Amino acid sequence: MLAVRVLGTAAILFILSIVVFSMLHLAPGDLVKTLLGTRPASPEAVAAIREQYHLDDPLPVQYLRWLGGVLSGDLGQSIRLQTSVADAIGSRLGLTLALCGLAFAMALVVGIPLGVQSAVRAGGVIDRTGTALGVIGLSAPTFAVGLLLLYVFAYYLPIFPVYGGGRGPLDTLYHLVLPAVTLAAGLGAIVLKLTRTAMLRELDADYVTSARARGIPESRTRRLALRNAAIPIVTGASLLLTFLVGGTVLAETTYALPGLGTLLQDSVLFKDLAVVQALTLLVALVIAVIALLADVAYLVLDPRVRAQGGAA
Amino acid sequence: MTASLGAVGVGFRSGRRMPASIVVCLVLLAVVLLAVLFGPLLFPDATKQDILSSLMPAGSPGHPLGTDELGRDILALTVAGAASALVGPVCVAVGSMLLGILLGTLAGYERGPLDFAISRWTDLLLALPVLLAAIVVSGVFGGGYWTTVALLVLLFSPSDIRIVRAGVLEQSARPYIEAAQMLSLSRWRVMFRHILPNVSSLVITNAMLNVAFALVAFSSLSFLGVGVPPGTADWGRQLTDSRAIMFDNPAAVIVPALLIIVVACAVNLVGDWLGQRMTRSGGLA
Repeated sequence: MLAVRVLGTAAILFILSIVVFSMLHLAPGDLVKTLLGTRPASPEAVAAIREQYHLDDPLPVQYLRWLGGVLSGDLGQSIRLQTSVADAIGSRLGLTLALCGLAFAMALVVGIPLGVQSAVRAGGVIDRTGTALGVIGLSAPTFAVGLLLLYVFAYYLPIFPVYGGGRGPLDTLYHLVLPAVTLAAGLGAIVLKLTRTAMLRELDADYVTSARARGIPESRTRRLALRNAAIPIVTGASLLLTFLVGGTVLAETTYALPGLGTLLQDSVLFKDLAVVQALTLLVALVIAVIALLADVAYLVLDPRVRAQGGAA
Repeated sequence: MTASLGAVGVGFRSGRRMPASIVVCLVLLAVVLLAVLFGPLLFPDATKQDILSSLMPAGSPGHPLGTDELGRDILALTVAGAASALVGPVCVAVGSMLLGILLGTLAGYERGPLDFAISRWTDLLLALPVLLAAIVVSGVFGGGYWTTVALLVLLFSPSDIRIVRAGVLEQSARPYIEAAQMLSLSRWRVMFRHILPNVSSLVITNAMLNVAFALVAFSSLSFLGVGVPPGTADWGRQLTDSRAIMFDNPAAVIVPALLIIVVACAVNLVGDWLGQRMTRSGGLA
């Protein structure tokens, strides 16, 4: 079953790479013109550029050359930054990972306990507050939240820096607090909703009633329920990731952070196709791998699924 | 506060009374709709630039919310932006709903190779996050407002297709469909006259929620500088343009940002509420 999933994922990634590659090469705009900029387009210069970027080869040949490069670790050259795409991505990966990690941690630390409490006292004050906050977190666009936070906490109450990535690990962390809170608002809302729904269902189950009837302390009963509720929460990880991708681009743009999101935005606007292509497929790959891992986690977390030989 | 109780699924009474929170949301949306309809009459030249009166703070005479660095009146620009914020997302939701109904019903009812093709197509579209795909495509291909609408219809359709397909699959097995087939009614008649009404509540709920998501996606694209052309009255665009003058005229940022958040929340809440009403009273369990 897992092997089929892996093969299916690989097939989707392969087709996606063809779609992305051909789409970007059909895009309007001339690479030669972009590269030459305002310089005069002498026939020799044009020919040299076409030669250097293999623009005269048929599209399938270009695709295969590019695919061969990717599989051997060469993602091509960024025409905007004049470095290799791998370097461009590598130099910005750290900041984006730190931002996402921080936001993820915040979302889990707030979302899970709040979700549990909301489910335990459904309809109570905490639940209603949580639901209201959840609606805002789910609906509000990341950049709008970010700009409001920026205004309140960087200008009105100047606690945090306005923008930039900072220097050195501690300063960077300090610069990442507001962007991470911004991202965590949306992530936390999803975590809260998943946790609350799963916990409500588990607390309704027979084993909880039976545990309560035997006089097992409520805190232990809840721990039992939370362990079962973990399954839908983990399988919801791909939902979180989908949000995170768009959210990171927006948060980085809002706070002018030099991460992968701003790299994507700049590359798209400049039509730096090699970078756009690499980033798009990188994201697709990460999402596919996380979805696979979520499936594996499903097996690990739920003994019932394992007992059925993973038929589900 | 029966609204939040209803959302919790505890003590929900299927009374006819509309919860207060929904009333507030509907009033808000009505105001935005009025701005869409009568904005052009109130402020005929909202995007007019006037360098002489640039960067006036909120409360200046003649400009209650001040102006931006191009001298555009923030109040007029914000009112004019309502059209862009509402029309596009509604078109996206309706368009992807129609596409979802057509392809989802075909896939669910005809099964076979057609179902396989449509399902793999949705798999492929779902492999990339909507926002990422939209940024890349509309950024690289350019194109204005309606190109973005068409693109988002395509990117939003997989969820509609899946929902309709699942609903149709479930309905197809029921006796009334078998009866309709026995009467040798045409396939289209069975699909769209007999099955469709029974899955419509699911589709309409999803479309309402899609309006909220499309609003967010749309304004995000304009904020990133793709989607709508520069100079358009659009809340997302306005936020990008005004980010630099946040400290000179905060109203230029705060007002559109709050509006996007409030409108998105209102649409979401109304959508959720409608969904609960419809699945409770509708035929679908």
